[in-house]
Amino acid sequence: MKTTYREAVRAGLREALLNDERVFLMGEDVGKYGGTYACSKGFLDDFGPERIRDTPLSESTFVGAGIGAALGGMRPIVEVMTVNFSLLALDQILNNAATIRHMSGGQFSVPLVVRMATGGGRQVAAQHSHSLEGWYAHIPGITVLTPATVTDAKGMLLSALREPDPVFIFEHAYLYPMEGELDERAGAVEIRQAAVRRPGRDVSLITFGGCLWKVLQAADQLSVQGIEAEVVDLRVLRPLDTATILASVKKTHRAVVVDEAWQTGSFAAEVSARIMEGAFFDLDAPVGRVCSAEVPLPYPKHLEDAALPSVEGIVQATKNLLGRS
Amino acid sequence: MAEFRMPTLGADMTAGTLVAWKKKPGERVARGEIIAEVDTDKATIEVEVFTAGTLEQILVQPGAKVPVGTVLAIIREEGEAASPAAPAVPGRLRISPAARQRARELGVELLTIRGTGPEGAVTLQDVELAAQARGERPEARGEAADRQARLRQAIAAAMARSKREIPHYYLSTTIDMNRALAWLKEENARRPVTERLLYGVLLIKAVALALREVPELNSLWVEGRAVRSPMVHVGVAVSLRQGGLIAPALHDADRQSLTDLMRNFRDLVNRARSGTLRSSELSDPTITVTSLGEQGVESVLGVIYPPQVALVGFGKLVERPWVVDSQIVVRPVITASLSADHRVSDGHRGGLFLAAVERLLQRPERL
Repeated sequence: MKTTYREAVRAGLREALLNDERVFLMGEDVGKYGGTYACSKGFLDDFGPERIRDTPLSESTFVGAGIGAALGGMRPIVEVMTVNFSLLALDQILNNAATIRHMSGGQFSVPLVVRMATGGGRQVAAQHSHSLEGWYAHIPGITVLTPATVTDAKGMLLSALREPDPVFIFEHAYLYPMEGELDERAGAVEIRQAAVRRPGRDVSLITFGGCLWKVLQAADQLSVQGIEAEVVDLRVLRPLDTATILASVKKTHRAVVVDEAWQTGSFAAEVSARIMEGAFFDLDAPVGRVCSAEVPLPYPKHLEDAALPSVEGIVQATKNLLGRS
Repeated sequence: MAEFRMPTLGADMTAGTLVAWKKKPGERVARGEIIAEVDTDKATIEVEVFTAGTLEQILVQPGAKVPVGTVLAIIREEGEAASPAAPAVPGRLRISPAARQRARELGVELLTIRGTGPEGAVTLQDVELAAQARGERPEARGEAADRQARLRQAIAAAMARSKREIPHYYLSTTIDMNRALAWLKEENARRPVTERLLYGVLLIKAVALALREVPELNSLWVEGRAVRSPMVHVGVAVSLRQGGLIAPALHDADRQSLTDLMRNFRDLVNRARSGTLRSSELSDPTITVTSLGEQGVESVLGVIYPPQVALVGFGKLVERPWVVDSQIVVRPVITASLSADHRVSDGHRGGLFLAAVERLLQRPERL
C-alpha cells in the first residue's frame, strides 16, 4: 500500500489510541487544528477531548504533565511542534523524565513518548529548522528514534509505547509528504538496530532521518561511477547499534557519516569516534562527514540549500575518500 | 612524459622480475641514476634510468614478472608540468591503517607502493595488488637453488644458440710476459698498496687497444649482419661462487687509465658476486675476455656470447724455456686465444688482432 510518511504517522497514532485506552495525545494544536503537520487531523472528533488534548504554548508545562501522567500509569504521547521549541522542556526531559528511574532507585518509571518534528529544507528559517536530535542522544535513560521510512514512522511509535522508559521520536518534517510502500500488516518494529538500506562494498554511507533519501540518491549516482556504497540507516541514535556500523565499515573499509546537524559536536562525530575505536585497523581512509554549515539555518532557498547536506556534497565527499575526483 | 621500460639485460633475457624501486613517485631522477632492481635469470641487477626528470608514476609493483619492453614507470621530463592526477604530498608517507595491517599480513613492502587513495595514501587495494603481482612470480625471492637452476638454463640457452648459429674459428698464441711483469713490478713498487695493479688489467687494456686496430671483432651480430660498435665495452667473465658465470662490461676500456681500469675491475667483480650489477653493464658488452689462469689451465678456447662476435681467452701465467736471441732462457708466458665468428671476420684478421695484443704487451708503459 502506497502511503505518505504523514499518513503512516497518523496510522500509528490511530492504532495506538484504539489499542490502549491509557494512550492519549497532547500538544500544541493537536486537537482543533489537527496538528501542525496534520498528523492528528480529525482525531478530536474520533477520540474526543479527553484523549486529544490541546495544550497552552508552554513546552515545559505539557511535557511535565506528560511525565506526571506516565508516572500515574497512563501512556501519554506528547507532540512538540519542533525540536527548536523542545529546548524549553529540556529541564523536564533531562532532570525528570530521563532520571526519575535512577533517582527513585528503580521504583518509578516514565513510559512517556515524545514526538517532535526536526530538520530543515522547508524554508521555515532558523526558528523551526534545526536538527538537535543528536543533543538528545547524549542523554542516558532515554531512547532516541529517527524514523526515515513509512514503516518506521508507523512502527516506531507502536514500539515506543511498549517501552518502560521515555522514548523520543524525531520525525523529519521534510519527510511528511514523502511516499513509500507500507505493508498493510505493518505494526511495531524493533528499535535496537540499525538497518542496511542498500548493500555495497566500497564505502559505508552512514546516516539517519531526513538525510537517508539524499544518501540513497547519492549512492545511485556513485553506482553509475562504479562506486558501490552501502547505506546504513541508524534508525536508533540511543542506544546506538555500534555492531552494525562496525560490520559495515569492516567490510567496506571506508565511511562517510551524513548528519543534518552542525558538524561540531554532532552525532556524526560520535559515529566517527566509534568507528575509530572499533575499526581503526580496518579503515582505508579517514572517516568523512557531511553535515550542515555552521550557521543558523537561513530562510532564502538558495542559502538554505547551500547550508544543508546535498546529494552532490555526499557524492563528492565519498569520491574524495576513494582518491577520485 | 617518458616511459621507463623493462630493459633487456642480455640476449637471452625475455622477461624480468621487478624486485624493488629505488625511487619513490615524486622523487627526482638524474640520467644514469639507479631507479630499480630487476631480477633476471642470472642476477639481481640495478637498473639505471636514462631520462632526467621526476618519477611520476610507478606502473609495475615489486614482485611482478613482466616481458622485456613493458612500461614500468612514467617519468616526467624536466620542464614538463606535473600531472594534476598525482598530487605530490610532501612529508610522511600516507598509509591507511587497513593497508598497513594487510601489508604486515602479506609481507608486502609498503615503501615501494604508490598510493592511490586520498592525498596519495597507500590503500588496502594498493597493497593487495602489489601482493597479487608478487604472487604471480613463479617463486619467491631468495630461493638460491632455483636461481642456480635458472642461471644454468640461461647459460645453456645462450651457449647452445652460440654453437648452433656462430661458425667459430679459434686461434691462439703464447706471449712473453717478461717485460710486462718487470714493468708492473717497478710500477707497483711506486704505488700505494691500494692502487697496485694486477697483470690482468694489462691484458684487458691490451685487448681493448688491439680492438681499435681490428674493429670488426668489436661488433654485435644484429638481424643478420655485423654492426660495429664505436665503443669498446669489455665484458669480463666472472665466475660466481655458487657456480655459473656472468660477464658484465668495463665501459670504454680502451680509454681508461690502468689505475681506473683496476679500480673499476675490482668493483665490478665485487658487485657481480654480491648481485648488484647495473643494467648497462649487463646489456652492452661488445666483446668478452675470459681468464681461466687461476684454475691452472694453460689455454681456453671459449664459446662466443651472442650477439658478440669474438671472445678472448687467457690461460695461466707459466714459466717456460723460451728462445731469445738464439739463447734458451726462462720466461713467464701466457697463452692468449681468440674465438671469433667466421661470418664477421677471417683468420687473417684474427691473427692480426692477437699479434697486436702481443705487441702491446711488450710496451706496457704505453698501456
